[in-house]
Amino acid sequence: MISNDLAITSDLVASHGLKPDEYQRILDLIGREPSFTELGIFSAMWNEHCSYKSSKKWLRTLPTTGPQVIQGPGENAGVVDIGDGDVVVFKMESHNHPSYIEPYQGAATGVGGILRDVFTMGARPIAAMNALRFGAPDHPKTKHLVSGVVAGVGGYGNAFGVPTVGGEVNFDARYNGNCLVNAFAAGLAKSDGIFLSEAKGVGLPVVYLGAKTGRDGVGGATMASAEFDEKIEEKRPTVQVGDPFTEKCLLEACLELMASGAVIAIQDMGAAGLTCSAVEMGAKGDLGIELDLDKVPVREDAMSAYEMMLSESQERMLMVLKPEKEAEAEAIFVKWGLDFAIVGKTTDDLRFRVLHQGVEVANLPIKDLGDQAPEYDRPHVEPKKPAPLAANDIPQADIADALLKLLNSPDMSSRRWVYEQYDTLIQGNSLQRPGGDAGVVRVEGHASKALAFSSDVTPRYCEADPFEGGKQAVAECWRNITATGALPLASTDNLNFGNPEKPEIMGQLVSAIKGIGEACRALDFPIVSGNVSLYNETNGQAILPTPTIGGVGLLKDWDRMARIAFSGENQPILLVGAPQQWGTHLGQSVYLRDIHGRNDGPPPPVDLEAELKVGIFVRGLIERGVAKSVHDLSDGGLAVGLAEMAMASGIGATVPGLADIDPIPVFFGEDQNRYLVALDLDAQGSEFEALLREAEAAGIFAPWIGTTGGTDLKLGQARAVPVADLVNAHESWFPAFMEG
Amino acid sequence: MKSAVVLVPGLNRDRDMIAALTKVSGQAPATLWQTETTLPEGLDLIVIPGGFSFGDYLRCGAIAARMPVMRAVADAAKRGVTVLGVCNGFQILVEAGMLPGALMRNTSLKFVCREVKLQVTNANTAFTRQYQPNQIIRCPVAHHDGNYFAEPEELERLEGEGRVVFRYAENTNPNGSINDIAGIMNASGNVLGLMPHPENLIESAHGGDDGRGIFESVLAKAA
Repeated sequence: MISNDLAITSDLVASHGLKPDEYQRILDLIGREPSFTELGIFSAMWNEHCSYKSSKKWLRTLPTTGPQVIQGPGENAGVVDIGDGDVVVFKMESHNHPSYIEPYQGAATGVGGILRDVFTMGARPIAAMNALRFGAPDHPKTKHLVSGVVAGVGGYGNAFGVPTVGGEVNFDARYNGNCLVNAFAAGLAKSDGIFLSEAKGVGLPVVYLGAKTGRDGVGGATMASAEFDEKIEEKRPTVQVGDPFTEKCLLEACLELMASGAVIAIQDMGAAGLTCSAVEMGAKGDLGIELDLDKVPVREDAMSAYEMMLSESQERMLMVLKPEKEAEAEAIFVKWGLDFAIVGKTTDDLRFRVLHQGVEVANLPIKDLGDQAPEYDRPHVEPKKPAPLAANDIPQADIADALLKLLNSPDMSSRRWVYEQYDTLIQGNSLQRPGGDAGVVRVEGHASKALAFSSDVTPRYCEADPFEGGKQAVAECWRNITATGALPLASTDNLNFGNPEKPEIMGQLVSAIKGIGEACRALDFPIVSGNVSLYNETNGQAILPTPTIGGVGLLKDWDRMARIAFSGENQPILLVGAPQQWGTHLGQSVYLRDIHGRNDGPPPPVDLEAELKVGIFVRGLIERGVAKSVHDLSDGGLAVGLAEMAMASGIGATVPGLADIDPIPVFFGEDQNRYLVALDLDAQGSEFEALLREAEAAGIFAPWIGTTGGTDLKLGQARAVPVADLVNAHESWFPAFMEG
Repeated sequence: MKSAVVLVPGLNRDRDMIAALTKVSGQAPATLWQTETTLPEGLDLIVIPGGFSFGDYLRCGAIAARMPVMRAVADAAKRGVTVLGVCNGFQILVEAGMLPGALMRNTSLKFVCREVKLQVTNANTAFTRQYQPNQIIRCPVAHHDGNYFAEPEELERLEGEGRVVFRYAENTNPNGSINDIAGIMNASGNVLGLMPHPENLIESAHGGDDGRGIFESVLAKAA
């Protein structure tokens, strides 16, 4: 066991990820040299992962409030009102670094961590999503990472018992050295049954719940705040090991305990385990905390105070308990086979004291550990805007061939291979499973309400223009939720970037946050929780800027819900929100990238005013019951959007295109704020006429572009492609890649 | 119908099953915690739901099969009470020796959640009378270890006695089960184990109600 009296050398400080000026700050704060355990505690609290020291200044600019918001950022998860005394509790969090080092456990514990964030608040998890990004398909590590991460996500979520209803999977060489695993979870609670982490009352027992503490994950949060190099394999011991069975028991025990009225405050032990949770509970409640480590349930012998304070063993909680309920609380945990130990108490001296084997190994000012963490206004340079494509720069291809090639490409092919490894229907409330625009889950105990979930970002847009890319991530998430008929309520952001100490990377982060903020304000889609993952770099190569947005929307009546599948034959198809030429923008499109190998041009700009107007109009059509099949247009534009609606239904469509206009941008342009809507109306009837006039009156261009029916998809002058061929192209890439 | 659902830590489709039984029978089932040794009087049906009992860290269902409640369930089955085990529940019944054979890892070595087609191979059982003989129904599966196996003599007996109740149909066998077996019953015909999840396909919100017939059959018998 390393002694607590270990000499604090500059090497030791550096190996804790603390810069010399940060260490000086510690010396100034406590007026003496820290003990080894104290150094570990500071390192845990002050690393990028826990302190948000590079991003805080900019995160403060995001909109986080609204009449629907009950709890914004700062707690374990955000809380949003959905009426009738019900609330939805949700958050998205990254587990990138551990997943690259040990994909199965990294991804599994990412899922476990986000589920715990949600049920710590008193909510039963009802839905999960995962946004995954991997390196190039031909990179030697990619298959191994895909297979491990997907198995880990499934292994944890399936056993815990939460349906995975959506997500994303993308490939790009820029993720070769750093994959991204962003896990989202949402739960349901009652508005009067929300639990927070703020401790209240002096001299009250601090209780340790859940699994025992081991040496796994010691220093994990510090590892996640540094770049990778070729010695990355040595970091494997910093990855935690997940136990979904214990987590499931912990969920049931916590919900039972909360219902008993015994809980004053509760906090899950995530990054930096016991340290972070204890400090957070005390500091929020303006109280000190004293911990006696001899009482902590351990599963290994001879653990030092340092190891116990920094362990990231999973499935653990810390709670402040009403003393008179102790016996009742302990009985619940015994029933579920979990540890229950009083490990400390709240105090009135605002100190964070840690005792081990009768010795005080740490005695620190509790508020300063969080409040006095360094905060940086890092230098940043404004990203350069790419030049627009020349008007006549429209590389040609056969439309049918290009469509089939895109549907069979790494980024656009069906994700069935992935989502069939996830339990998508457990709990019996899944109304829309992966493969559509958004996952939809009905609200148990309510006759007609349902929640829609989507996770979105287009990293290549963010790379080309982080500001527009940030806007687009929010807009696409909002649009996907709208396409089901749901009203988008609020969002969570998971910002994945490279090393913020580089001004170019910091510039991406700043611009993306500005874009996200602008879009969230315009669309009334506040950010209620989130997470920042920086230093996603290997040997100096950063990932594509990837600010993932997870959103939640409310459907008043799921009987009036739209899906992407065509709902019948001979239905008129409208392209709602289109420009006069239906589609124009090829810059940064998958058509340019995957058909012509080009990554140039600006991403499609998002007109937020139009986005809002068009979205409200489309939602109105769904609520009236005239639009049962709706799909937003994104990657691959009109051609891919139509193909996806056809494949989901087995029904073809004919879309003649425009005379005298180049069909390439029409069918493959990625202009924003567009929806395909197939109407359950007679195209010759008066109701259809009235609807077109209504769109016109609202200032929305919504041309009737074609009609559903038959077994082929016919686009413009291109040859008709049987829907069965589309399905074959779409379904074959992923299994062939993984099993090839 | 008076029903009860067995609760063992790690089972996680208990809520789905309780909801399905409540919706189909109009009556909420009782719950039986793992340590219980006596069962309520007059039960028509005991269900062991799906999940990952004790994490399935040992052989699936092996620990749950040895919990006190399972002895009571076995005694009830001997007295003729109808018992249904779904997914992990099926694995538990096999581990408890109440059904023959074994459920091995899927041949894909992966968890699989998708809809399959089932053939009602024997429509003359307490669980299937609401279906037509050889009727093809839709049903979802969600499991990692559903690959049924039995020794040749045992298999012959099962097939010969009409105890293969459900079979994966139309090339939808998701796990490599021998003879496409999805569900089997005991010799007395009152204990059924099946891998698919009929409780997740009983109402329009589920996109269909093909799974309802199993519960309705037991309900009709109880009435």
